[in-house]
Amino acid sequence: MMETVRTGRVWKFGDHISTDFMMPGHRVLANPDLTVEEAAKFCMEANRPGWAEDEVQPGDILVAGINFGCGSSRNGSQSLKALNIAVVLAESVSRIHLRNAVNSGLPTLVAPGINDFVEEGQRLEVNIVTGEVKNLDTGATLQAEAWEEGTPPYEILMAGGLDAFMKTKLKERGRISA
Amino acid sequence: MGMTIAEKILAAHAGVETAKPGQYLWCKVDATSGHRLADLEALGVDKVWDPEKVFHVDDHQAPPPTIAAANKVKEMRRLIKKYEIKNYFEYGRGGILHQVFAEHGMYAPGDLVAQCDSHSTSGGVFNACVTNANLDAVHVLAFGELWFRVPESVRVVLNGTLPAWCVGKDVILKVASELGTDYGLYKSVEYVGPVASQMSLAQRWTVSNMGVEVGAKFAIFEGDEKTDAFLSGRVNRPYEHVTADPDASYEAEYEFNLSDLTPMVARPGDPGNGVPVEGVRAERVKVDQAFLGSCTNARLEDLEVAARILDGKQVHPDVRMLVSPSSQEVFGEALKAGYLETLLKAGALVEHSTCGPCYGGHLGVLGDGETCISSSNRNFQGRMGSPLANVWLASPATVAASAIAGEIVDPREYI
Repeated sequence: MMETVRTGRVWKFGDHISTDFMMPGHRVLANPDLTVEEAAKFCMEANRPGWAEDEVQPGDILVAGINFGCGSSRNGSQSLKALNIAVVLAESVSRIHLRNAVNSGLPTLVAPGINDFVEEGQRLEVNIVTGEVKNLDTGATLQAEAWEEGTPPYEILMAGGLDAFMKTKLKERGRISA
Repeated sequence: MGMTIAEKILAAHAGVETAKPGQYLWCKVDATSGHRLADLEALGVDKVWDPEKVFHVDDHQAPPPTIAAANKVKEMRRLIKKYEIKNYFEYGRGGILHQVFAEHGMYAPGDLVAQCDSHSTSGGVFNACVTNANLDAVHVLAFGELWFRVPESVRVVLNGTLPAWCVGKDVILKVASELGTDYGLYKSVEYVGPVASQMSLAQRWTVSNMGVEVGAKFAIFEGDEKTDAFLSGRVNRPYEHVTADPDASYEAEYEFNLSDLTPMVARPGDPGNGVPVEGVRAERVKVDQAFLGSCTNARLEDLEVAARILDGKQVHPDVRMLVSPSSQEVFGEALKAGYLETLLKAGALVEHSTCGPCYGGHLGVLGDGETCISSSNRNFQGRMGSPLANVWLASPATVAASAIAGEIVDPREYI
């Protein structure tokens, strides 16, 4: 079961942060023997050198602008999760990236207004089920879009990701032994 | 209330009468790719839902440049055999998946396909709902089903008459430059109007291909005789064109008059940075590499136009021009038509069909500070190699003309 309320320090990124930034092709796709953790060291290398290696800390929160995760279908959430990002909040998120995030079990919420709501370095408290966001430095609150209970993405996220969701479904249908 | 093309196709595949935006549906999927077979095996599943409906080709590191890549493909071949996947295309018989799968009849009007690779929106050119599934392609492999949120539909009406030397690439760069690269975010985009009809199938294919560059889930064209001509002999099952109902509801409708369109380029950084190339001419942007390839623009007519421009001319001494046809079938056709010989004589390097240079993988990665004019789809920082390189997107004609000039030029100067 997912931890529902998460608090952390904010890193802010801009609009149109592509998955090429999160997982550079010439580093990661060209080197398929890299581990997930090794690949994550190159996350945001082009747009924010040193961030993944030295700056980001486990439990931090990533805040982005519009169209977060645009571009390639490579799973940028895998690297963000390996960096132990607790939650991603963005003005809008690309479809492919949003599905990857759900399937990876990394809570990623569309949060219109988040850019003006928080400064880098401030702390947020995020309820990933209800979508309530609280700025612990200013006391202000913001409503992010929550997944509706019972919808497939809600079920998959709450299961902890696609792998766990699939195992349950495969057992129910007798495709793998219980 | 009537339905859009996407709503009709999703409803039909969910076994329901109607589909409305925002609704979540579990749909039957007509086909997928084999990328996630290893995940299926890790889950302990011993059969795919239908081996006839799984297609696979290795295109990104093809053939492997490293031992690690070779081992990855070797492992995939084992899985292809284990799961008895019928539509597997080995090196020499393959190419870039979006082209190869289409050549082998994977897509037909009315289909719903969810497969790996973000440029899967390409398949929308066949009047079908084709989109990316990444991790969850394993769900398709196991069950032949996937969940979909019914997207809002938007209509892009392409009016006027496309001028000579403007093609689908110029159209999509123009549209993305005006509407931004998120107008299709999580939406189904339908391209209609006189220019949609006028464009060749290959040109429409470019527009559907770059659907993902504007955020779209689907980038769909209506079906017509050009669609059927391509599918003839490739798709042997019966199909019907799907049209939107006259009273279908669209979240937005955008109209463009393209009669005055001129060749476009997208400045480095984002595919939405499109500007008329004539406006860039004065900047005298020097080119190190000219790339004619990728799933976006390396079809037969793309190679034909490049050959026509380069016929009897030479690639500029300071430029290397890389040509990679979109599939080995296209390679063969271009060879037979003499286009490849023309390109070779002009000093271009003709590679086999591969994704390599487009994603900065291999066979033409850019170094620090280099500039590339590319017929591909993405010009993000670091996309084609060094984060310090600059990638400009353009049509095959503009790429070919710039290869001769050694700087970014308007192809109309070279006709």
